[in-house]
Amino acid sequence: MKKLAVRIYMGLIFLFLYAPIIVLIVFSFNKTKSRGQWAGFTLDWYAQLFKDRLITEALYYTVTIAILATVISTIVGTIAAIGIHYMRGFGKNLLLNINNIPVLNPDIVTGVALMTLFISAGMRLGFMTMLIAHVLFCIPYVILAVLPKLRQLNRHIAEAAMDLGATPSYALRKIILPEIRPGIISGALMAFTMSIDDFVISFFTAGNEVSNLSIVVYSMARRGVKPTINALSTLMFLAVVILLLIINKKSGEGEELLL
Amino acid sequence: MKRMRILAYPYSVWMAIFIVVPLILVFLYSFTEGDIRNLAQLKFSTRSYERVSEPIYLKVIVNSFILATLSTLFCLALGYPVAMIVARANPKVRSMLLMFLIVPMWMNFLLRTYAWMSILSPNGFLNRLLEFFGLPRLEIMPGKTAVLLGMIYNFLPFMILPIYTVLSKIDKQYLEAASDLGANKTRTFFKIILPLSIPGVVSGITMVFLPAVSTFVISGLLGGGKTPLIGDLIEQQFMWEGNWHFGSSLSIILMVMILISMAIMSRIDRDGKQDENGHAKA
Amino acid sequence: MAKEKYIIELRNLTKSFDGVKVVDSINLKIKENEFVTLLGPSGCGKTTTLRMIGGFEEPDEGEILFEGKLLNPVPPYKRNINTVFQRYALFPHMNVFENVAFGLRIKKLPKDEIEERVEKMLRMMDLEKFGKRHVDSLSGGQQQRVAIARALVNEPKVLLLDEPLGALDLKLRKEMQIELLDMQRSVGITFIYVTHDQEEALTMSDTVVVMNEGHIQQVGTPEDIYNEPTNRFVADFIGESNIIEATMLEDRKVMFDGRVFDCVDTGFGTNVPVDVVIRPEDLQIVTDPEKGMIRGTVTSVVFKGVHYEMLIENEYREYMVHSTLMFPEETQVGMNVQPFDIHVMKKEGYG
Repeated sequence: MKKLAVRIYMGLIFLFLYAPIIVLIVFSFNKTKSRGQWAGFTLDWYAQLFKDRLITEALYYTVTIAILATVISTIVGTIAAIGIHYMRGFGKNLLLNINNIPVLNPDIVTGVALMTLFISAGMRLGFMTMLIAHVLFCIPYVILAVLPKLRQLNRHIAEAAMDLGATPSYALRKIILPEIRPGIISGALMAFTMSIDDFVISFFTAGNEVSNLSIVVYSMARRGVKPTINALSTLMFLAVVILLLIINKKSGEGEELLL
Repeated sequence: MKRMRILAYPYSVWMAIFIVVPLILVFLYSFTEGDIRNLAQLKFSTRSYERVSEPIYLKVIVNSFILATLSTLFCLALGYPVAMIVARANPKVRSMLLMFLIVPMWMNFLLRTYAWMSILSPNGFLNRLLEFFGLPRLEIMPGKTAVLLGMIYNFLPFMILPIYTVLSKIDKQYLEAASDLGANKTRTFFKIILPLSIPGVVSGITMVFLPAVSTFVISGLLGGGKTPLIGDLIEQQFMWEGNWHFGSSLSIILMVMILISMAIMSRIDRDGKQDENGHAKA
Repeated sequence: MAKEKYIIELRNLTKSFDGVKVVDSINLKIKENEFVTLLGPSGCGKTTTLRMIGGFEEPDEGEILFEGKLLNPVPPYKRNINTVFQRYALFPHMNVFENVAFGLRIKKLPKDEIEERVEKMLRMMDLEKFGKRHVDSLSGGQQQRVAIARALVNEPKVLLLDEPLGALDLKLRKEMQIELLDMQRSVGITFIYVTHDQEEALTMSDTVVVMNEGHIQQVGTPEDIYNEPTNRFVADFIGESNIIEATMLEDRKVMFDGRVFDCVDTGFGTNVPVDVVIRPEDLQIVTDPEKGMIRGTVTSVVFKGVHYEMLIENEYREYMVHSTLMFPEETQVGMNVQPFDIHVMKKEGYG
């Protein structure tokens, strides 16, 4: 009896979580524009999607920004994490707290604050400002992923390398970096997904000329529902599921990673 | 190894420019009036804050707070049992359930919200379905109910996962000890499981309340402008009205609201922990 | 006087952390091929001293000399000194062979020479079968040996060992003590060894340096340290002892517990307050209280394997006595002590 109740409850929860996604996917193959009726199978919306300049351009910017932001934030974040790790006391706490601001602050505040800075400094909103914004909110996640690995590191391991004749930079490259690699990788993955998925901060920092997919979806959705978005959603959802499967397979600690 | 510290210096400069300065600017704009492009001639003014206290804007703030609180409570009520069921499932089933809980979260936030648009809109899937079964139509979108539903949908996993994490780490020996000492299941839940899961509940509440109170996407798409939230106001001021002073003071108020609720939450968390220690000693 | 050759010399070495002096102007000379142990409770400054010799901490003041030359400005990776770290600090992403070869690879030695030297070292450490093994898959004792091999393969002049046996269980620790000692004898290099285990220090060292609160308390052979502690701290820290406040009446006469005892110490002056040490095994119990110099009642008896540990109380204090004979609680007994077993020390600031 109790088991049945549990099953029904979980079934309802999963129905709630998946119904919208399934509806989206099903109707991306629907011939008519209206969303109540099934009028036959079509791939027209997918074809239209790839013809739409606005969407293909947005896709290009989304991916380019995500890759650039991931590379930059992973490098800068890892270096900064090592620096912060070896700091002590007040300075360390201060840096960590400031580093946490973009994580804890609502995205909208981070977005408008950056927009304020860029415009006050006379910068034109566009690709560059959006990239800076993405690097900004990605670095804290890289740092938060790398720091625990540094803490797990045997305190003496870098010293041991130097004791055996390694210069500090050799010890950093050959001993510390290989040891914290899992943290760097999970930080990079987090940065990539945060960037790909971001809407709010991009919305305020991208200006009128550049859009990523989220911005396009927002502006299209504001004007009503369009079947091309259904097609786009289906593709993006598929991409996410594939990425997720790869990560889960690779890390084996996917659960921790995804949080 | 102390020399490694210099590696943190470039990032410190970066943080100063792109984290600290922007927040200072927002703070500055919130307390001034005048041409935003000319910092030198800005004048101190509390007019933006006075404007916030006008009834229409106060109502927006109160609305945001109420909707965020409601969605947090719903998420807690719906999510706690889910977290518990997942935590108690056998390992194989558990990792599958977790996977299924996480997948929707990975879908773009806008698309998730958009999905509800296509379901809830007056001619949407839900109404067609209701019509098909000869039931009366539901007119909930655009409106508060749709916004609330969108919030619950988007943020439910943020409630489930932290609670699950804490629940799954509770040592089974506590539960065995409790039943050994004669506690029945209800008692064990209220006296052992619930107090021990407080940290997860607290972080779940924070993770739901924070994005819910500051959202403008959900209210923009599902609320149709009928029930603007504080996020919509901020968006409006910065993107369309160009009144940065008012927008900045709204942002500051939003941050203060969040800081206060986070302080309360961490207080509850701490008290919970002390309680736990107290029990351990007794 | 023949000029002795010192390999390491510490002069007024001082180091503070957050305003607390952890090492306070210590002076020490270490001879070539000596096995020196820095012994003391945790926080006494022994590890910091070792880390300054290794180059991982910079002294605030003072000098470190290596073969007569100033070592302070030399970075750790240029010092001809190697370290065996607490918990070994093996590189987890390398196998045993690569760990041992690490230092040689940095020196850019030819491949076959590296191979030869690493193989030889692994053979010496009984590790020849483990070259390809991952370090995580080794037992504590094996990891320990890899750490030593990794350091020794570089043929340092001085090997620093920071509580290297602390993570091992008792039985393995005893075995490794003997192995380490054999190794030091056979390779003939200077070992500077840090431990808080007094038994370990006494077993292995040529010279023991007892430290407390950043100061050196006593330097000497294990026998000296045990038999002739210079102050209350050393006596208390090394082995079990009865430390008694007494008065030195004159040379060879010391008074405590209301009577005068003969002893062998001289040169303290007359009527000077002193501390007296009597080791628990140096008190002989006699069944007839009247025949003892000190009389008392047995208050507790604990069987310790080889001997019984008894507490015997008189009107002044409680004595700890080790004896192979057992006297039940409540028994009235007498105790005797030989003059050379009464060790008189100058009173110092300790305690």
